[in-house]
Formats: sequence, structure tokens, C-alpha cells
Amino acid sequence: MSAGSRPVVLAVALVALAVVGGWLGVGVGSTGWAWPGAAAADAVAAQIAWDIRLPRTAVAWLAGALLGLAGAVAQGLFRNPLADPFLLGSASGAALGVALALVGAGGASMALDGWSRLGLTGAAFAGALAGVGLTLALARGVQHTLRLLLAGVIVGVVLGAARELVTLADPAVLQAMQGFMLGSTALSGWPAVVVMAAALGLSGLTALGLGRVLDGLALGEATARSLGLPLGAARLALVGALALATGAAVAQTGLIAFVGLAAPHLVRAIAPARHASLVLLSALMGGALLLAADLAARALIAPQELPVGVLTALLGGGYLLWLMHRRGVLGGGS
Amino acid sequence: MTAALRATGLAVSLGGREVLAGVDVTLAAGRWTAVVGPNGAGKSTLLRALAGVVPHRGAVMLRDRPREAWQARERARTLAWLGQAESGGEDLRVWDLVMLGRLPHQGWLAAPSAADRAAVTEALHATQAWAWRERTLGSLSGGERQRVRLARLLAVQAPVLLMDEPLANLDVPHQADWLALVRSLAAQGRTVVSVLHEVGMALQADAVLVMQSGRVVHHGPPADAATRAAVRTVFDDRLDIHPVAGAWVVVPRTASPGFPPRAAPTMPGFTPPHDSPGEHA
Repeated sequence: MSAGSRPVVLAVALVALAVVGGWLGVGVGSTGWAWPGAAAADAVAAQIAWDIRLPRTAVAWLAGALLGLAGAVAQGLFRNPLADPFLLGSASGAALGVALALVGAGGASMALDGWSRLGLTGAAFAGALAGVGLTLALARGVQHTLRLLLAGVIVGVVLGAARELVTLADPAVLQAMQGFMLGSTALSGWPAVVVMAAALGLSGLTALGLGRVLDGLALGEATARSLGLPLGAARLALVGALALATGAAVAQTGLIAFVGLAAPHLVRAIAPARHASLVLLSALMGGALLLAADLAARALIAPQELPVGVLTALLGGGYLLWLMHRRGVLGGGS
Repeated sequence: MTAALRATGLAVSLGGREVLAGVDVTLAAGRWTAVVGPNGAGKSTLLRALAGVVPHRGAVMLRDRPREAWQARERARTLAWLGQAESGGEDLRVWDLVMLGRLPHQGWLAAPSAADRAAVTEALHATQAWAWRERTLGSLSGGERQRVRLARLLAVQAPVLLMDEPLANLDVPHQADWLALVRSLAAQGRTVVSVLHEVGMALQADAVLVMQSGRVVHHGPPADAATRAAVRTVFDDRLDIHPVAGAWVVVPRTASPGFPPRAAPTMPGFTPPHDSPGEHA
């Protein structure tokens, strides 16, 4: 298979995975396995499938896609293969935004209601933007990659501490945040699907349109500038897309680790390509990964379920370790 | 003859140190100029300042118009720059990487035109990189990558080309190919400015810009004895320049008067054989 046709094959495979995963996702749940087609005959089963399983399956795929996209954008923007959406303070900012919104609303009940949870998206997006703004201010712009990475780490720690303080003040909020922090695709309804799909469309189009800038940036800042690329404006737009994707994912599903980091890595390993393809494939890969993790989280200890964030942390951490080991082995000779 | 590039008072400070100390230089159009000088002379910084990819003081005129007055894409189509030991893009296919050289020509979101594909094809052939067009850059050797990056520069089809150490990692046959390429570019009326560590290669250029400590100490054709004297001086008289078969051959001097290690350096644990035929002059 030539390097040129691989991305197409991978895209088709990932879409097929999403379809199969979605179909399984509608069938599996706390009431056990039911063929999605058979569910139509039973009013209760149909309602479970339509109101609970289908939206949460969609949310799982969308959250993974948003994180995968954000990861591909972050890694391209900062020319750092270890960058992920949690860099730049965007995820910690989003989480702080959610915590503040919960405190403002007076506690845990809010987290359970679909439409209220939708309101959290706005808070998370505002928090993500504030986090990014703070990081950029500390780094004095985006010109220096290392300064930006360091500022992102500092902002992440400080905003994380602020979130701890805010949640400690109210036991109800603490409890709500605990579930949120572990990352979960449960309790997500159709409103969440709509918001996430819109965020994915907007940030995806931005990233696709600026794919060439990301390709140029891969050759270094100076080369990109020598090619006449509008770096300032493009960077702002890409940071915006990154914050939007991260904020939308974090607001609906909490902190789900490693998907944003692993998805672009897997894509690059299978089908290295230009950033326009990489961004698209990373979104598809992220969606497939989180959908699979969500199915596993629901099925492993049914009728109980694992928080999906715990599962992705385990799987993603293992993948990262393997990656480090492999790099160490490959790099050992030189 | 019009000037392709004219710099006045070009100065760059990096980390509080003045790397380029007020350079005035005029580079004639349609000629190949080689920039030589010892490590840290400011050669790369001069090229970066001319290209406008490093903050600098002083003015740069590109084709008799202030470089800042050019629209960014128009400037990028006119002035192309290849950085020293450029890295990145290892995941890109060779074809796609060279196509990045066409960015200044492409409309926003537009697909590559026939002219873009023709330029990339021509550039890949010019550097003998055509056979790797479907491979990723990361799968190539250092010299092969350098030829791909050269193709990326050529694909811009800019009338003014700045190349920082274009011969890095290239074997001798491909250095010779590069020489033929640069001469044909100059013959087409294009301007080439290249930083070269291969002094013998630099002395094949139309003009040599000799640098030391952030300043241009000499600018002239290699046929002038003064140019060759300046080259010898900035390298501490540690090289000899001889005419051989119509070209200048540079021979390094292994030791200058007063340079201590006259005896062969010894390695711990290594005993040289008794009567090894040495190649000492």
C-alpha cells in the first residue's frame, strides 16, 4: 500500500469502527444486551435506547473526536509530539469553569439535569479560553514554544489548585466534581450531542482550513514565515479551535485523559500525512478510541460501570509507556 | 546591474550579544554569491536577517523596494530561504513537503494547480529526489533529506534564493550537481546567496562575501588575489589556496607556526605500530 492511499483506507476503517461501535453502544447497557432492532418492539427498551444509550454513545464518539482533533492541532501548533489539549491550561481552565458554575448553581443536582449540564459547556468554554489567555499572557505570546509549554504547565497546576479550593468549600459540589473529574459519558442527553457536534464542526473546519499553516509550521517558525504564511492570525484561530474543542469535551464528559495525546500518535504511526488529513483522522481515531473505551467501561463490570476516564487513563498510560519504551529501544543505538 | 538585495546597517543582537554588527551589502541580481567565514562570524544570521525571519535593525531593500513594503505572499514568491539544518516535517511525504514551497503561489483552500505540480516535479528532478516522492521524509538519510529540502526551496521558483549550508550532508557527486544547478540558476538571471563551509566550493562563485565577527570584511570575485587573501586571513592563515585545472583548491594547514600539538595526538590504550607508513608532509 503506498503512503498516499493509507489515509483513505484508515478513514474508511475508522468510520466503519464508529458505525459498529455505535450499533453495539445502543445494544449494551445495565439491562443487559439487546439487539438494537429488537428493542423497537418493546416501548421501554426503545425509550432506553433512544433517550439514554444512543445519545451517550454519540457523546462518547464526539468527545473522543473533539479531543483527538484538539490533540492534533496542539501537536502541530507547538511542534511538539507530546502536546495535548490539556496543555495551554485549556482543560484545567474548563474544569475550573465547571466547578465555579456548580458552586453558583448551588450544588450537585445541577450535574444530573441534561439542559443544566448543557449550561456547563458555556462555563467550560469560558474557562478554557481564560486558561489559554492566561497561558499566552504568561508566555508573552506564542512565539516561543518552550515558554508556552512551561506557562501551560504552570497555569494547569494553579488552576487545578483553584478548582480544588472551590470544590472543597461545598460538599455537594465536591461530590458532583468527583464524578466529573473521573470522566464519564453517562448522563449525557441529546442537548449535549447537539452542542458537541456544533463545536466539532466549527473547530474541525478551522483546523482543516489551516492545515497548510500547520504543515508549514512543521518546518519551523522561520521557514513558515519565509513562505509568507499569516502566522499571527492563524495561530489565534488555531488556539481558539483548540479551546473550543477541549472546552466542549470537558464540559460534557469531564477530564478524559490521553485520548488527545494518543489519537494523533496512532494516526501518524499508521498513515503519516499532511495536517488536513491528520486532523480529520485524529478526530475519527479519537472517536473510535473513546467509543471503544465507553463500551468496555459499560460491559466490563455490568450492571455497574467504570468511569470511562479511568479506563482511558489506564489504556493511554500503557500506550504512552510502550511508546517511550519503543523510542528508547530505537534511540538506544545512536 | 540592479541589486537583488541591498542591506544597510543590518544588525542583530541575540542574547545581548551583537551577532551582526551593522552590515552594508549589495547583492547584484543574476549572480551567485558565496558567504564564507569562521564559525560564529554571523553568516547564517546575515541570511536570516536578509530573509526577514529574525528581528533586526537596519534596512533591507528587495529589488529596490523596502522588504517591509512587500505583501507577505508576494515577498515569499520573490525571496526564498532555506535554513541551516532545517528539521521537521518527517511525517510528510516528500511530494507534500516540496509542495509546501508552492504555498506563496496557492490560493486559500485551493487545490494545487497544474503549475504547482509542474514546479514540484521539476524541483524533485533537479535534486534527484523524484524517486522518493511517495516516501516520508523520516525514512530518508540526512543527505537525501537535504536534497528534498533543496527541492522545497527550488519549488518556490523565486528569483532570489538564500541557502544556508545547502551542501550539508551531501556527498561529492551531489555537491557537484548542486554546483551545476546553482550555475544554471544564475544563468537564468536568478540570484543565489549561499553560506558555505566548503571554501573550495565557495571560490567557484561569482562573488565571495567574507565575514568575521559579525562584519563583512571583504566582498569580491574569487579571481581577485585580495579576495583569496581575505579568506586566508579570516581563517587565521590555516589554509592554502592553489589553482588546479582552472579551479581553486583549498588545502587545510594542519598546524600553523606557534600552534602547539606538532606531535600526533595520542589515544589512551593505543600503541601505534612501529613502522607505519605515515602520510606526513
